[in-house]
Amino acid sequence: MRLYAAAVFAFLYLPIAVIAIFSFNAGTHASQFTGFSVQWYGKALSNPFVMEALWTSFIVALCSAVIASVFGTMAALALQGMTGRVRMVADALIYVAVMVPGIVIGIATLIALVTLFGWINPFLALLAPEGQAPQLSMGYGSLIAAHALFSMSLVIIILRARLAGMDRSLMEASADLYAPPFATFRQVTLPLIFPGILAGFLLSFTFSFDDFIIAFFVAGSETTLPIYVFSSIRRGVTPEINAIGTMVLIVSLLLLVTAQVILRRGPKKEGGDAA
Amino acid sequence: MQRRLSTWLLLAPAGVWFAVMLVLPLCFVLVFSFGERAPAGGYVPAFTFAQYANLPARGTAFLNTLMLAPLGTLLSLLIAYPLAYFLAMRSDPKWRTLLLILVIVPFWTSILIRSYAWIFILGGQGLPAVIEWLGFGQVRLINTPFAVLTGIVYGYLPLMVLPIFVSLERLDKRLLEASADLGAPPLRSFLQVTLPLSLPGVATGCMLVFILLMGEFLIPAMLGGGKVFFIGNALVDLFLQSRNWAFGAAVAVTLVVIMLVTVSLYMWLMRRMGGQRDDVAMM
Repeated sequence: MRLYAAAVFAFLYLPIAVIAIFSFNAGTHASQFTGFSVQWYGKALSNPFVMEALWTSFIVALCSAVIASVFGTMAALALQGMTGRVRMVADALIYVAVMVPGIVIGIATLIALVTLFGWINPFLALLAPEGQAPQLSMGYGSLIAAHALFSMSLVIIILRARLAGMDRSLMEASADLYAPPFATFRQVTLPLIFPGILAGFLLSFTFSFDDFIIAFFVAGSETTLPIYVFSSIRRGVTPEINAIGTMVLIVSLLLLVTAQVILRRGPKKEGGDAA
Repeated sequence: MQRRLSTWLLLAPAGVWFAVMLVLPLCFVLVFSFGERAPAGGYVPAFTFAQYANLPARGTAFLNTLMLAPLGTLLSLLIAYPLAYFLAMRSDPKWRTLLLILVIVPFWTSILIRSYAWIFILGGQGLPAVIEWLGFGQVRLINTPFAVLTGIVYGYLPLMVLPIFVSLERLDKRLLEASADLGAPPLRSFLQVTLPLSLPGVATGCMLVFILLMGEFLIPAMLGGGKVFFIGNALVDLFLQSRNWAFGAAVAVTLVVIMLVTVSLYMWLMRRMGGQRDDVAMM
């Protein structure tokens, strides 16, 4: 039994280890290890295409995670203790946002936004006849908006579990002591749910940073790091990709372990095993 | 009244976001699926079922998906169950949380990089070279259904382990003691007590993996080398290469319908098993 578990863990982690080991390969051929070197890290970090893609991914991940955390927290607070039709619609939408495959979300966003922009842009041109009219197109905006949708659902699901496990009497006590609603929020609710918000933020950032399929459809002329890596792999396997891959894995592993530790500490929450 | 107003204000940004970025786009897909292709690619408004009638043109993609997705789900289940059992019943409680985190974490790291690792391992210089060196002759692993299945099991194993683990951990251990006290050998206790009680977790895991597999693109694209392609690969081709939006939308709608049927079946099954409704979200 123990041996079996060890074998499955090896199956889960060996491929990651292989990538990491070969990223230190001195040779130019990807799969023959000829000596230790960090030259590919240097090459990757001085490649302007890699750096630009990394910057795009970083900005998109940061913006979408901030938006998702703020709006998601607001929505979770509003939905707390709510029943009836609004709650049902909200639950259904969150469920759909999480369960519909990324590829369908990507396609749907692409055709909806391209069509909408096609309708809006002529009006924008009318507003500024000098030819200086801003034209809406796919890019940072659509990437951030699409990633924020999924991440917002994550934040709401995490916080809902937190809020359900929270002692409501604390908030009632605060209100009984004549604390205005905002003071109750700042001094009672926020400290209690803050770990959840932070974990949601980290998961959102990781999701956006690693997402390929939604970005593939809605990125327009922008290139995120996963899109760059995908198109490089198409051209052939190189040690440079191993180096980029190792760095991406390390960043997401660090964020994830932090998120998991935050989620599993603090007040015990209902259904928390799932998170 | 004031409380209601503040509730609506809190809900508004997320509500607008879901309306514009989820409901509206999904409606667009539905509308486009009844349209026609513009000669230069793109979409012309129409109301026709022609796109749906044309679905068999992508029959291979549907067939591949409907064969490999259940097979991948089954393989994941067979590998995941013993691990979940070990984690929930046999592992040291001190280490349990850490081990569980170790199972979940890979799921959240880049599936792109993790599939890429298998290109590396299954490619000509990897495992096949080792097999040849051992004297078993030449084998081809990359760009085969085997490679795609390996990638699938590797990618989705965590998603299967977690719900099974949850249902096993919740299981009342006294039932097992009772079963043993009544003279049932361990195997019989497992088959008649543990296994039936963990079925809700099994059903949840299978549904999650199956649904996500239906929309898979990356794993077949990276490990199937154009020979083993899923509906997802057909969708990318239709939208980004041949720009046949109307037909692509019809394929996407069909995909979502298949998923909805699966989810309904799952809900029905869960109600019949009387299982508690788990909100098992994979985070």
